[in-house]
Amino acid sequence: MSTHKLSLYELHEKFAAGEVTAVEIVRAYGLRMSQVEPKVKAYITQVKDTAIAQASALDASLKGWRKTLPMMGMPLAIKDNICTEGVLTTCASRMLGNFVPPYDATVIAKLRAQGYLLLGKTNLDEFAMGSSTENSAVGPSRNPWNLQCVPGGSSGGSAAAVAADECAAALGSDTGGSIRQPAAFCGVVGLKPTYGRVSRYGLIAFASSLDQIGPITKDVRDAAFLLGAIAGHDPLDSTSADVPVPDYLKALKKRDLKKLKIGVPAEFFAEGLDHEVEQVVRAAIQQLKELGGEIKEIQLPQTGAAVATYYVIATAEASSNLARYDGVKFGLRAKETKSLLELYMKTRQEGFGPEVKRRIMLGTYVLSAGYYDAYYGKAQAVRTLIRQDFEAAFQDVDLIATPVTPTPAFKFGAKADDPLQMYLSDIFTISANLAGVPAISVPCGFSQAGLPIGFQLIGRPFEEETLLRAAHAYEQSTQWRAKKPTIR
Amino acid sequence: MEITQQEVEKVAKLARLALTDIEKAAFAKQLSQILTHVETLKQYDTTGVVPTATMPGQMNVFRPDMVRPSLPVDSAVANAPESVDGFFVVPKIIEDRQPL
Repeated sequence: MSTHKLSLYELHEKFAAGEVTAVEIVRAYGLRMSQVEPKVKAYITQVKDTAIAQASALDASLKGWRKTLPMMGMPLAIKDNICTEGVLTTCASRMLGNFVPPYDATVIAKLRAQGYLLLGKTNLDEFAMGSSTENSAVGPSRNPWNLQCVPGGSSGGSAAAVAADECAAALGSDTGGSIRQPAAFCGVVGLKPTYGRVSRYGLIAFASSLDQIGPITKDVRDAAFLLGAIAGHDPLDSTSADVPVPDYLKALKKRDLKKLKIGVPAEFFAEGLDHEVEQVVRAAIQQLKELGGEIKEIQLPQTGAAVATYYVIATAEASSNLARYDGVKFGLRAKETKSLLELYMKTRQEGFGPEVKRRIMLGTYVLSAGYYDAYYGKAQAVRTLIRQDFEAAFQDVDLIATPVTPTPAFKFGAKADDPLQMYLSDIFTISANLAGVPAISVPCGFSQAGLPIGFQLIGRPFEEETLLRAAHAYEQSTQWRAKKPTIR
Repeated sequence: MEITQQEVEKVAKLARLALTDIEKAAFAKQLSQILTHVETLKQYDTTGVVPTATMPGQMNVFRPDMVRPSLPVDSAVANAPESVDGFFVVPKIIEDRQPL
């Protein structure tokens, strides 16, 4: 099989066995990128030349000694809101159009220490705010399954790159579904780990109580493999959890789901859910049952509050986090301003796109005097209720199975003019962020039009093993992953 | 919830964000729509509910107060739009003092 078609883990096995060199790997992906990238536009920045140089140094250092680390020689794509020392990191914003981080994010430092190979930085909605990559300052990425459709967002570039075999795997970030939704739209696996499972140090902040970095991969085993490489406590992120990292690959060994209780919340199969998506997701749940899982109807009564709660909390935190872009310490600076205040105001006017401005405005409004209690305080209290819904459900079941998105990938422009409609399409993914629990998106079929559909499994905090095990058992019992997009 | 253009201007100033007239009109309409949706939170009874600001179990995290390597000044200012001798340059903040 061509190198670029292998899964991350298969590639690792071949590399560890000395059957393929790092230079051959980078060449194979470089060729693939030159063929499909003009159509898919997954990347903002490509660093193939640096990757070749690193690969040849790696090959030279390995002569006659083939003890390899997990990510050694593995060609990865990284979402462009994760800091990479010496490599442009733009957040798909004019504001950071020339920003070269002087340090690595902790996840990058971990990958680098293992000898990974960075192929490039992938496209996203500006500052990870969006569900389609249409908010990127450099233009959208395309869905490899249908170039007229969005790849999803905000990690749309990462998901498209994985689906188009333009990397072996990718990292994304997920604040309200930004890993899982594009993974579902592009027919790949996307995992949002438990809040605190992976260090956020060096992830350019959007909403700090919700943001989490995670893998986007070709299959479930790859997600387990990559999560193991980036997870763990980090003194540089005070919210990262001091919880031991288990061997996620080992968790996959069990192939049946006996004794596993899987809850199906009625609120996630309500009005607004596309009929085709519902059928395909219900079939996936039936398959979980056939694998030995015990399926149970459950309630998550506060689900209807999730979108409103999320868009208050996320925008409030964003308005605070994005205050740092003032034209002084890094990034864009407006020209010909007379005072410091004018410098701030014009820099931010020129540097931010419409969606980022809208969210800064909304967040500033809900935090402002007179409205704080009515909006921000209220949303934080409702967030507690949403969390308690999950705590109660997990007393009774081990996993929760739901759709990821109400519809398959939509066409460009379909929702671009209606922010509220775009926000409402996040309904199935944002609860997991508000509750801080892990969730995975797994491909489970296709629409009549040939677009991928995914289903979501949500687990208890720090029980990614259960999540991965069930997702893997499902995936191995189906053939969806064998189908690849024809990019045209 | 109706947001007026004046409220948009006030919030924009708080956010240190200059807006065009077109943006002001659009945001007044869009923020009104979004906040109307947010108002649905009122139907949830949160009497006595402790708000979630961070994940349960997370508390203040302390570390030993020790000198550690940090970014060299040159790298710290390398991305600045304007810097001199390791300092960030900004427009003049304090007006010239009036002669006594």
